Amino acid sequence: MGLAKRIIPCLDVDAGRVVKGVNFVGIRDAGDPVEIAKRYNQQGADEITFLDITASHEDRETTVEMVERIAGEVFIPLTVGGGIRTCEDIRTMLNAGADKVSINTAAVNNPEFVHEAAERFGSQCIVVAIDAKRVSADGEPLRWEIFTHGGRKPTGLDAIDWARKMVNYGAGELLLTSMDRDGTKSGFDLELTRAISDAVAVPVIASGGVGNLDHLVEGVTRGAADAVLAASIFHFGEYTIPDAKRYMSEHGIEMRL
Amino acid sequence: MTIAVIDYGMGNLHSVAKALEHVTHEHVVITRDARSIRGATRIVLPGQGAMRDCMGELQRTELQGLVQEMLADQAKPLLGICVGQQMLMDASEENGGIECLRFLPGRVRHFSQAMHDAEGRRLKVPHMGWNQVVQRHAHPLWDGIADETRFYFVHGYYVEAERDADVFGTTRYGDVTAHVATGRDTVFAVQFHPEKSASAGLRLLENFVNWAP
Repeated sequence: MGLAKRIIPCLDVDAGRVVKGVNFVGIRDAGDPVEIAKRYNQQGADEITFLDITASHEDRETTVEMVERIAGEVFIPLTVGGGIRTCEDIRTMLNAGADKVSINTAAVNNPEFVHEAAERFGSQCIVVAIDAKRVSADGEPLRWEIFTHGGRKPTGLDAIDWARKMVNYGAGELLLTSMDRDGTKSGFDLELTRAISDAVAVPVIASGGVGNLDHLVEGVTRGAADAVLAASIFHFGEYTIPDAKRYMSEHGIEMRL
Repeated sequence: MTIAVIDYGMGNLHSVAKALEHVTHEHVVITRDARSIRGATRIVLPGQGAMRDCMGELQRTELQGLVQEMLADQAKPLLGICVGQQMLMDASEENGGIECLRFLPGRVRHFSQAMHDAEGRRLKVPHMGWNQVVQRHAHPLWDGIADETRFYFVHGYYVEAERDADVFGTTRYGDVTAHVATGRDTVFAVQFHPEKSASAGLRLLENFVNWAP
């Protein structure tokens, strides 16, 4: 009996619509974020994360409306990431009904922003997204670096140092994505997850690479993640959230069933 | 019939208001206007972030006196949420000691950074996520909610009440038994976020709206 590990489905949204498709049985409009969020809520998702990939500024208004609509119907924690650059962006999302925002590039460009945001809104709603890539050669001690621009642009920042720094600046939670594993379905980078989780006192969400339910189990047991985030395995109906929770629970992990 | 969510500048009140609107047709207002608060039939006292800031803002917005008056009058139901629960105690350890509203005897303590789980792994602080609430005493706000139901928490400090009769629910984290639901007479307060706790949380809010102490 105790605190449950969390499962967080992640949805990409563009101008208020879910993209990269969701393929649930019984969903009429696979692009409607409200319908999808409701469905995940019914399935027992512990939180939902939206990654806003909207390019144009005008269309971001639509994302705000989307968050408003979801927050009026889905009563579990909602996180919005993507394009959060100013305190004004954060205020807009929180007022729309988001519970947390996730900050990525803006934190790399200006770490002080995380500090300012945590002071102003409280650490509990500031998630820092860390995109890390393995840079050590085989045989060398393991080392990961922070990358931006979808893993294309190195920053020279050591991932573990960066994680510690972000927590010192007020991040209440870290969303850790392995850029080596993202999209590969070969499982989390467990050494990375473990290294970051052991380095910080705040919860760590593991992301990037989930292809099956064993990956979720390993993320918690070997990676020491506090939560696991996945997209495609849930969207395409390969597994439901209850499948995943049951499986993790059978493997001795405390879950909210 | 109006439910006033007290807005003293701390925390995300929209979630609370939206969840209340979902379970009642009563009018829900987010307000710092003393007249609206006095005129409301029910009061929600939320709170997020640091205790020093919450108490500071409550004083700055001149709402502390009003809240204390309502706690003393016992004229209407009041629901405290998160730091809104902690504020009802005597004092908090936060920032070297902050005096609180002194409605219930007890203190607000910090989770030790040195707690470990069964596998010897360091427990994370804040305590974030879904944890079980043991219902220590029956209460109308537990109506229809099973014992040990999970609710959503985000907090680094927790309440330790002095009197068992004031404790309605507890949650275990590490070696700590936090008093996560406390109250007396017309006041009920919870550490977790009912507005983010799916159907169980909505049920608790509905129970609050129907509560006639």
